[in-house]
Amino acid sequence: MAGGSKNVAEMHPGEVGIVAGFTDEYLSLKLMEMGCLPGSAIRFNFTAPLGDPVCISVSGYELSLRLEEAAAIRILN
Amino acid sequence: MANPSLTKIALLGNPNSGKSSLFNHLTGLNQKIGNFPGVTVEKKTGLCPLPDGDTVEIIDLPGIYSIYPRSLDEQIVAEVLLDHHSITTPDRIIVIVDGTNLKRGFLLLTQIIDLGLPTILALNMMDLAAKAGISYDFNSLSRELGVPVVPINARNGVGLEELKRQMGQPLDPPNKQIFGVWKETDAAVKEIRATLSVDNDYEAYQFLEQPSSLKFLSAQNQQTVSRIRSDFNFIPGKFQGAETIQRYGFIQDLLNTITLKASDNSWKKYSTRLDKILLHKFWGYLIFFVLLILIFQSVFAWATVPMDLIDGAFAGISSYLSSVLPEGALSSLIAEGLIPGIGGIMMFIPQIAILFAFISILEESGYMSRVVFLMDKIMRKFGLNGKSVVPLMSGVACAIPAIMATRTIDNWKERTITILVTPLMSCSARLPVFTILIALIVPEQKALGFFSLQGLVLMGLYLLGFIAAILSAWLMNLLIKVKERSYLIMEMPTYRIPKWSNVGYTILEKTKTFVIEAGKIIMAISVILWVLASYGPGDSIARAREMVLQTSENQRLSEQALNDKIAAYKLEHSYAGIIGKAIEPVIKPLGYDWKIGIALITSFAAREVFVGTMATIYSIGSVTDDDSTTIKERMREEINVDTGGKRFTPAVGFSLLVFYTFAMQCMSTIAVVYRETNGWKWPMIQLVYMTLLAYLSAFIVFQLLS
Repeated sequence: MAGGSKNVAEMHPGEVGIVAGFTDEYLSLKLMEMGCLPGSAIRFNFTAPLGDPVCISVSGYELSLRLEEAAAIRILN
Repeated sequence: MANPSLTKIALLGNPNSGKSSLFNHLTGLNQKIGNFPGVTVEKKTGLCPLPDGDTVEIIDLPGIYSIYPRSLDEQIVAEVLLDHHSITTPDRIIVIVDGTNLKRGFLLLTQIIDLGLPTILALNMMDLAAKAGISYDFNSLSRELGVPVVPINARNGVGLEELKRQMGQPLDPPNKQIFGVWKETDAAVKEIRATLSVDNDYEAYQFLEQPSSLKFLSAQNQQTVSRIRSDFNFIPGKFQGAETIQRYGFIQDLLNTITLKASDNSWKKYSTRLDKILLHKFWGYLIFFVLLILIFQSVFAWATVPMDLIDGAFAGISSYLSSVLPEGALSSLIAEGLIPGIGGIMMFIPQIAILFAFISILEESGYMSRVVFLMDKIMRKFGLNGKSVVPLMSGVACAIPAIMATRTIDNWKERTITILVTPLMSCSARLPVFTILIALIVPEQKALGFFSLQGLVLMGLYLLGFIAAILSAWLMNLLIKVKERSYLIMEMPTYRIPKWSNVGYTILEKTKTFVIEAGKIIMAISVILWVLASYGPGDSIARAREMVLQTSENQRLSEQALNDKIAAYKLEHSYAGIIGKAIEPVIKPLGYDWKIGIALITSFAAREVFVGTMATIYSIGSVTDDDSTTIKERMREEINVDTGGKRFTPAVGFSLLVFYTFAMQCMSTIAVVYRETNGWKWPMIQLVYMTLLAYLSAFIVFQLLS
């Protein structure tokens, strides 16, 4: 479950990337069910006013994730 | 409850897919709320007439993303779907999928198809899809999946006639198998199918995957499944990720085939723009805060008139019955026990209805998930979850529906903490107690020129309850040592105009839940309290009239005043009065005497009883008969025999206010917590914690102020 040099928590608002894999198996199951799949495009939309959670777009859906959950998604960019 | 002769059709789909709109459209007002057998999760069912004259039973299942469960709600759905041979097994399933984006809804759909239950696919929100320029080839979709496909628009009912016609047609289980079980697990699956006679591979595979969703099997069969699991070295969850990837692979291919025209996301533009304002670091919080104030303001302002009407009506019925029924224990039980008991429940309906109207509008519009998004980081510091905001808000009306609303929190610890602290939020039952005590001890003055001082104190009490809830959550977070992963992977749905009929149904449903849940307990308790307050040891109660006449021989009392005095005498010598006197030493440090003690005893089950008890004790008859200022005047004149001064000094008043803010004086809440946590452990911890908190705080307040 590796791959990619960067994770979603390190992205900036408006940035786009491709999901490479996950660093946490437990979270990956839930994330994949929600449409966040390896190979799909992911867009970092914005963070909550207090910096956490964050909102991403993936597979045509908007999802909110906590920073630690976003950090479990590796991206290629 | 379940009529075995009716065809049972279960509605299944992702949250926000429009499932409740469809359910409301199909069943109208023929809805019932029950429980799934053996578990505490609410089950909504309703009857739906079909065009051919038949009637079918529709079961609304909680919204889920996949049949692999994580929260309590999801667990129930998994169990219903895996249990293929009971009287509650759905005869067919309607999977409802958001037509603007099929991908994720299809994950669930393909799982259901593989389970082998007869399935109909309803593609919802086809109007939005059309607006976004999306179009699909329905014939090819139906052929590829092996299930009938019906495009609908659940908001305005378009396509529902066709859906109903489909529901009446004979339907075979789908003939497609989308995901074939893994080679490595094939032997174990064969073994399950052979020993337990399971119809289909994927169902057998799920038996292996979901050890905790098999409660419908006999203990012996459950053991067989675990034996097979260990014999074949099957590790639940090991292949789940790979299965999801394989399914999405199939779905992507399918979508490529059937999508005639895909959408760009331009139709979401307006939603994205709204988020810029509603989630702004300054405006976002300000708007949320103003909304909260608006909601509470309306709950109190709008509910007063209907509440007074209901209160007055029941007092009228009660006094009418006392006058027409022949004198005796039974009449007294009805007029003084049961009727006021029912009235005490009904009185809260307006506040609950108004609050849930707001909450339902916020949920329908998609704003509620933004509230979760705004509040999660703050709430997490206190061991709560962004999703705890809804229960805490609902708690201002009534803790019962609020505690039921915690089911969406999938983390056990965060859910338990939310349940434990929600009753500290000041519910509507505290309001009459607060109102009378504040009127008694806080002068009718303006502060800073235009704020009513009494109003400020009332607001302060609500704030106090909220702060106590948050700090208690923080404390419990330190005390409850459970290592469980907490996460917030949540969909942010596009904003929509709320559908008003859905709001109406939610109000009805929540009010019904409150009346039924709180009702049965308050009724039972009000009978017990009536017995405690009407009977006493020896013949003191029977001789009440005689005794009062003896002591007041020289006073020229009116018939009314005499009766009131007799009532007070009876209460003093009843079991409730005796208990009140017995606990006096314990409550003296808080500034209370035995009369207040009686009120504490009677409001143990339901706090709002305080006012009625005060009225009887101070022998002014039923409060509602007279102007409520009477009870205030009478309480104001009450003399403290120890000091010779007033009984209700500010110290005593504030001590009582704080006590009623923190104490768990609600039997119905205890019962709901028992049900929701499956045992007596948490309701007991909660009762002890809140009582101690109330006692100590009231003690400190009284000692500081006096």
